[in-house]
Amino acid sequence: MITVSNLTKRYGSVHALGPVDLEIPRGGVTALIGPNGAGKSTMLTIIGRLLSGDSGRVEVGDLDVVTADSRELAKKLAILRQENHFVARLTVRQLVGLGRFPHSRGRMRPDDVEAVDLALEFLDLTPLQDRFLDELSGGQRQRAYVAMVLAQQTDYVLLDEPLNNLDMRHAVTMMRQLRRAADELGRTVVVVVHDVNFAAAYADLVVAMVDGRIAHVGPAREVITPYVLTEVFGTPVDVIEHRDRPVAVYYH
Amino acid sequence: MVTTSPAAATSSTSWWRRSGGLSTLAVITASLVVLSLFVGVYDLGAEGGGEMFQITRVPRTIALVLAGSAMAVSGQVLQQLTQNRFVEPTTTGTSEWAALGLLISVILLPSAGLTERMIIASVSAFVGTMVFMAILRRVQLRTTLIVPIVGIMLGAVVSALTTLIAISTNYLQMLGTWFMGSFTSVVRGQYEVLWVVAAVCVAIFLLADRLTVAGLGKDVSTNVGLNYERVLLVGTLMVSVATGVTTVVVGFLPFIGLIVPNVVSLLRGDDLRSNLPWVCLGGVAIVTASDLIGRTIRMPFEVPASVILGVLGAAGFIALVLRLRRHG
Ligand SMILES: Nc1ncnc2c1ncn2[C@@H]1O[C@H](COP(=O)(O)OP(=O)(O)O)[C@@H](O)[C@H]1O
Ligand SMILES: [Mg+2]
Repeated sequence: MITVSNLTKRYGSVHALGPVDLEIPRGGVTALIGPNGAGKSTMLTIIGRLLSGDSGRVEVGDLDVVTADSRELAKKLAILRQENHFVARLTVRQLVGLGRFPHSRGRMRPDDVEAVDLALEFLDLTPLQDRFLDELSGGQRQRAYVAMVLAQQTDYVLLDEPLNNLDMRHAVTMMRQLRRAADELGRTVVVVVHDVNFAAAYADLVVAMVDGRIAHVGPAREVITPYVLTEVFGTPVDVIEHRDRPVAVYYH
Repeated sequence: MVTTSPAAATSSTSWWRRSGGLSTLAVITASLVVLSLFVGVYDLGAEGGGEMFQITRVPRTIALVLAGSAMAVSGQVLQQLTQNRFVEPTTTGTSEWAALGLLISVILLPSAGLTERMIIASVSAFVGTMVFMAILRRVQLRTTLIVPIVGIMLGAVVSALTTLIAISTNYLQMLGTWFMGSFTSVVRGQYEVLWVVAAVCVAIFLLADRLTVAGLGKDVSTNVGLNYERVLLVGTLMVSVATGVTTVVVGFLPFIGLIVPNVVSLLRGDDLRSNLPWVCLGGVAIVTASDLIGRTIRMPFEVPASVILGVLGAAGFIALVLRLRRHG
């Protein structure tokens, strides 16, 4: 379980987050939605201990992310940020292999190699494994980053807009694979998604944020409603039913 | 669908990633090193030739090997730590700080030996490089060329200070010869401290994976449980020692740290552990070749290796800028 209590964050004079209280249960896929600047990335990065909050606490499993040993935490929690600017010329396979660092500390054993193979397979990257990152399209690179985080094989996986740059097929595949990671491997996946319909189709729990606060939390069916979405996004949204799933329609 | 065949895409670089290329480079480097043992004004066949060989040629050649790999590896590590392809010890101010340290040690401790000088130069290089790193953190716009410009500016300020101190203490004339980057005066009893850089190279090899991870930045490092600050500190320390020692013994060797790692990266990518042998050999080959050219071009006079390096390096630097421009 991830427990966020009384968390706040300011950037200089900009109030970005909080105070926020949130509980994300173990297992399943949780989607964070909300307009630009709602504080989704800020909250996710603090949970992933890449940023420190101004006040409040975050616990992942039974570890306090601020005080826990970073190496131990790296075996339990993995995070991918929204923006990734790597200049390193690594192959896809080498990059994904670095995801094993918490376990291997640089010495790859057979189970590390297996984890890398699995992550590459999971994201349809096996044919691209020997390509350099700077020879890939944005979407292919995005998949490589996600594969690196999955190769870490942590109980908790936090992904900030992993669908960035992905075409339809790969966006759907990625969400399906995250679903599989939750269902088959028992991972707890928290993802920020831009398109609420991906949340509607694949998430167990949806957290809607506005202005640094949590506006609604609940199962997809309760949050993906015309009333909630219109209020959260500040634009008229309809919701229709398609194959037993809510689908938001916001083009007029 | 992915339509490009991965085999086709990697064919141009794959040869360089196999070991065939490494053996070729090793043979070229070894030939240059052997050549260095036998090229010079002194006729080794003459009386006392064997003695001369021991006193000058062997030390000079060992110094070329050690200094060449030290500077190339230092450049590689600095590039990894700053995530910038344009830095090396002479574009971060590291060498200039080492020079300042050496001058101060000569003024304040005139009786100090080579080892003490070397320690003071390394400490000074370390302090200076940490200052550079601290400034970098405050620079929001870390575009590729801002980083070396900051370093070169810092280096210029430190150099000016060194010159000022030298003028007011009457050391100005010595300053020129000290940092000339020449292997002419490397003889038995004067170069042995350079072996320290061999230890530094081994340490860097052992830390290679950490440095590769650090090259992906603070967030990725933290995510995989690596203490980024500590790697930064240890990496800077090793570069400072390598640069400090090299500066004390031979002076400035510009551009090797820039050209060698970049060429290796273009050919083979950035996996530090497998690249290090290439970087070492490449550094040795270029420094040795420069020194050989310098020794023979105006026989019986010698042109410092650093002058040849400067010419080669400037051309290489421009080629690099143009190439990276094209590739984004
Ligand atoms: N590094 C930063 N410096 C200053 N303000 C920031 C920074 N990062 C985010 N913000 C501000 O904090 C608020 C929340 O941002 P963010 O968490 O990135 O939102 P989201 O991911 O939901 O789009 C926004 O108002 C944004 O402008
Ligand atoms: Mg965001």
